[in-house]
Amino acid sequence: MIGVEIKKSYEEINSKIREGKAVVVTAEEMPKIVESEGIDGAFRKVDVVTTGTFGTMCSSGAFINIGHTRPRMKASKIWLNNVEAYGGIGAVDCYIGATQVQENDPLNMVHPGTFKYGGGHVIEDLIARKKIRLRAAGYGTDCYPLREFESTITIDDLRNAIMFNPRNSYQNYNCAVNMSEKTIYTYMGILKPDMANASYSSAGQLSPLLNDPYYWTIGAGTRIFLCGAAGSVAWHGTQHAPECKRGRNGIPAEGGGTLAVVGNMKEMDPRFVRGASFTGYGCSIMIGIGIPIPILNRDLAFYTGRSDRDLVCPVVDYGIDYPSGTGTPLGEVSYAELKSGLIEFKGRTVETAPLSSYPMAREIANTLKDWIMRGFTIGVPQSALPTVPRGKNDETR
Amino acid sequence: MKSKNVLLIFNKKIMYKPLIYRLAKDFDVVFNVLEAKILPKLEGRLILELRGEEDSVDSSIDYLMQEGVVVETLVDRIVRDDERCIHCGACTSVCRVDALCIDRSTMKVMFDHEKCVACGMCKIACPVGAMSGASIDLD
Ligand code: SF4
Ligand code: SF4
Repeated sequence: MIGVEIKKSYEEINSKIREGKAVVVTAEEMPKIVESEGIDGAFRKVDVVTTGTFGTMCSSGAFINIGHTRPRMKASKIWLNNVEAYGGIGAVDCYIGATQVQENDPLNMVHPGTFKYGGGHVIEDLIARKKIRLRAAGYGTDCYPLREFESTITIDDLRNAIMFNPRNSYQNYNCAVNMSEKTIYTYMGILKPDMANASYSSAGQLSPLLNDPYYWTIGAGTRIFLCGAAGSVAWHGTQHAPECKRGRNGIPAEGGGTLAVVGNMKEMDPRFVRGASFTGYGCSIMIGIGIPIPILNRDLAFYTGRSDRDLVCPVVDYGIDYPSGTGTPLGEVSYAELKSGLIEFKGRTVETAPLSSYPMAREIANTLKDWIMRGFTIGVPQSALPTVPRGKNDETR
Repeated sequence: MKSKNVLLIFNKKIMYKPLIYRLAKDFDVVFNVLEAKILPKLEGRLILELRGEEDSVDSSIDYLMQEGVVVETLVDRIVRDDERCIHCGACTSVCRVDALCIDRSTMKVMFDHEKCVACGMCKIACPVGAMSGASIDLD
């Protein structure tokens, strides 16, 4: 990438991977190496650091081509297990979105609704090779006369099933509390009144973009672990915000960057994907992503060597501030504090609970490490993600 | 001494009948109300911790059943589907008795059903539907 100092090249790292000689560690192991061998020592020793995250990522979905029917059909509306997929593209293409709910779901009519089944569940069931009820409707044309079609299919009957998630893998995320007087049901879980609990959702030190805070090694074309298959970064994600608030170490202290990712659903493993239902909020999907960070220079050894102690996130009130779109964060806490189960905040001791799975994030980082040790090479990014220059006073010692 | 957590379901015919006080009076069983919910004109649900000599606890349960109460012993009633659970931890914030809590060394979520009082909150909180079983709420 332009402007990134390369002291150890992609070619050098990839040929080591091909020879089975690359030194690969996870982002959980790296801080200990940096501690014992120093940043320069860690840079010389380690070639690749693997990261991982497994959590709810609402902006996800899949392009599905159901294959041509006989007679042919221009399917303008498509349902999979009674969940509508957007049909306003090519004749038998559609896009199933993770948060779409089943037709006739009672939603929040009786609050809080349960949102039992939606697009995320369809995607999980497809990947698990379960049977899916497919229904399509069209208005009929000279070249596409069929108007209705119904069938039971599995993913193997589909011509294509390509996961394309426009916003995944948020660099960092809020810690949510509720300052209002009633229990609220949010995408950050159930939050009890008067700040009785706090929830957070980042994998912290294992989280992909926290390990490469300025996106020097991650861009369109980067090969990644996506739900158990080899996928790739397609572009920056929606709401990508490199100009976010950063800490003295240059690492985002709030949302920050995002990724659009793509992968072949037919190769994915149901272990690393889950349809999700958030009581009172809606349907979604949990996605597993792992990204390898090639250690091109000593600064990348520094960044990947940061641990939960060095990473912070904003505490945001989901009772009043977030829904109204006003207010400023109530403060900051570190991931080390959050992961201890209790935070000291505003003179109170508040219980914390994660929403993304750290054990799964660890498993993904280890699986990716395994892949690389067996020859999975690093994709050279073909176009960079929008970024900002590194802060002049960034501490990288 | 023995302690047992039970879920009692009273149908509408018997839901206002005074039965519970007799546990103490006739069976010498100490009870502790853990959860209660009344659905008017439908049914009442009560989660009790019963404590006493093994024989007394058992005969008090027999008595309730004779009176038409559905009795479910709660150990093993709320179950976790370990294949489905992804150890996210969302359930730990709603479990008041720490039957679900995180082992900080592995960050895995441990489920101790001995502590569970079947309040059913984890069923509402779990995003992947890993928790199920009889609880104070109608399923
Ligand atoms: S039902 Fe769930 S939340 Fe309630 S006590 Fe048992 S484990 Fe905890
Ligand atoms: S909320 Fe569900 S998936 Fe998450 S740890 Fe609890 S039981 Fe497991």
